[in-house]
Amino acid sequence: MLYFLYDRTFDGLLTAVFDAFNRKEFPNRIVDQAIAIPLFTDTFSVITDVEKSKRVFIALKKKISTSALNMLFVCYLSEMEDVEMMIFRYIQKALASPISIELNFADNDVLSLSKIYKKVQNEAMHIKQFVRFQKTGDGMYFAVVDPLYDVLPLCSDFFEDRYADQIWLIYDARRHYGLYYDKKQTEQIHFETPPAFAIQKGRLTAEQQDETERIFQALWKDYLKSTTIQARKNLRLQRQFMPRRFWKYLVEKQ
Amino acid sequence: MNPRVFDKLKTLADAAKFDVSCASSGTSRSNPQKGIGSAAGWGICHSFTEDGRCVSLLKIMLTNHCIYDCAYCLNRRSNDIPRATFAVSELVELTLEFYRRNYIEGLFLSSGIVRNADYTMERMVRVAKDLRLQHRYNGYIHLKSIPGASREWVAEAGLYADRLSCNIEMPSEQSLKIIAPDKDYQSVFRPMHYIQQGFLQGKEEKKKYRHAPRFAPAGQSTQMIIGATPDDDNRILHLAHSLYQRPAMKRVYYSGYIHLNTYDTRLPALPAPPLVRENRLYQADWLMRFYHFGVDEIVNEVHPNLELELDPKLSWALRNPQVFPVDIQTADYEMLLRVPGIGVKSAQLILTSRKYGRLTSENLRKIGVVMKRAKYFITCRELPAFTVQEARPEYVRRMLLSPKHKENKQLAIDFDHALLPLRSNV
Repeated sequence: MLYFLYDRTFDGLLTAVFDAFNRKEFPNRIVDQAIAIPLFTDTFSVITDVEKSKRVFIALKKKISTSALNMLFVCYLSEMEDVEMMIFRYIQKALASPISIELNFADNDVLSLSKIYKKVQNEAMHIKQFVRFQKTGDGMYFAVVDPLYDVLPLCSDFFEDRYADQIWLIYDARRHYGLYYDKKQTEQIHFETPPAFAIQKGRLTAEQQDETERIFQALWKDYLKSTTIQARKNLRLQRQFMPRRFWKYLVEKQ
Repeated sequence: MNPRVFDKLKTLADAAKFDVSCASSGTSRSNPQKGIGSAAGWGICHSFTEDGRCVSLLKIMLTNHCIYDCAYCLNRRSNDIPRATFAVSELVELTLEFYRRNYIEGLFLSSGIVRNADYTMERMVRVAKDLRLQHRYNGYIHLKSIPGASREWVAEAGLYADRLSCNIEMPSEQSLKIIAPDKDYQSVFRPMHYIQQGFLQGKEEKKKYRHAPRFAPAGQSTQMIIGATPDDDNRILHLAHSLYQRPAMKRVYYSGYIHLNTYDTRLPALPAPPLVRENRLYQADWLMRFYHFGVDEIVNEVHPNLELELDPKLSWALRNPQVFPVDIQTADYEMLLRVPGIGVKSAQLILTSRKYGRLTSENLRKIGVVMKRAKYFITCRELPAFTVQEARPEYVRRMLLSPKHKENKQLAIDFDHALLPLRSNV
């Protein structure tokens, strides 16, 4: 068994592809360098090199479309077990094939990756749907989310465009980082330890809140209650569209 | 904020809830001036109420005072309910504050009719205008066009709204006249026509001038009530079909009648809203819009109503067994779409994947084809040849209806059909 160890960056993954071709040694798994490696496994540590990853990228570009390249990146964000190997095999096949393989859904890796892509995109959509900003005393709009996959990078443009005239922060409680927008640009902020607001379940205390915040939250809850048609009540349908795991940060479900 | 806004919001949200449309799709607008809001192009649902309906837009009425007395409507003049009216500024603030918190995708504004249609339209347009011009709001706006409104106000509304709608309410004019004596089809079709004209004109001007103002870029929609009148599905779907022929018409909504008006004998006392029928109508609507079905194939004089226990596509397939089985490897897109269990996405995936080689039933299952249904209508490699041709439509119907049916078809074949000459696996 040969394990490639990498630093969990996309560039790292592409470097791993480069190294494999370069050394003519193909890994059985590509894993995070921080995890424990089973006994009797050969390992090779990939040292992330942007130059190498760029070369893989350019080679790929000749074989598959931009949307397929984008798909690979989105799949990498899924952080799923062994998605690295799927991407690796996909690249291998793409480079070997004289025609583009991206539409061959009879191939297992192409199909699985397209499914993972869909899942990650769905999760990004869920974030766009279910982010609930609370206004803080100093006028910032603040939200906590807990997405299954690392989808904040995929949502950044959307929020930046939509809320261009307000300062906002979206914090990923699972990965301890956030997107912060200061009316000019969006940047990622990393937290060493979970900040206080993450511990209080994403709720701002009365002192931290803007004084109107409570009113609009109450109005929103009232609105949802009034707009429900009791004769058509269907809680299962509600849960199907708005899975339970999002409820903890939804204003209307507190 | 005025504390009375709480009561107003409750009353006016309650009054608006029977409008089905909540679509926020059809417009794509970014926010280059760094104002507030954008329209994503596809709809985003921000919440779901306990009835499972999505909340994308702040669906609300400007007022629920109304001079009309339509029997089906909650806000009819003769109904004894609390009444309220929003000030324009209150509604604008509410929309913006909800929007900033990512609660909503935009505003869906409707209104009861006060004084006359134009007076009402003017006030509604003012809300949209304030949002767009004063607050540089780029989110979605859906305005209801009031029946009987004049061309000028419809034209003005189209400048600020993404979508306009005018509800046809009843599937036939006779029904409308009985139940809503103040309305007729003319008062509905005229604003609809104005919207269509504005839409086409706007498109034409856009071709000449890049900065020509857009007129209701997401087109128009309409809605009708199902089950309140004796109109059959044939009538409903033919009406919907003719509406879809109009260039700007994007959606026709069907709303199952809920028996709220208990004292009016013109309306039937349904114990529960006809939700299954509503669902079947939407499925038929999808067949017309995305599956290239002609309306006469779904309903006609011989089959005036959709079957409630089967979806309309399966129902069509069982009525037309002669076109099946379909060969997955060679059938064209139109034919793939007609196979029960194959949707638009799986049909497209089949088209692209089969170029690379023959598809097996396992490939099909992974692609997302519902093999439980599809297996009776297709041939592909290594699938046993037991299609609707061998099994007869009645048998397939029984198989697909019985919930306890086991997958093992050897056990399921009854004696009538076991006598059929079964081809062995090819």
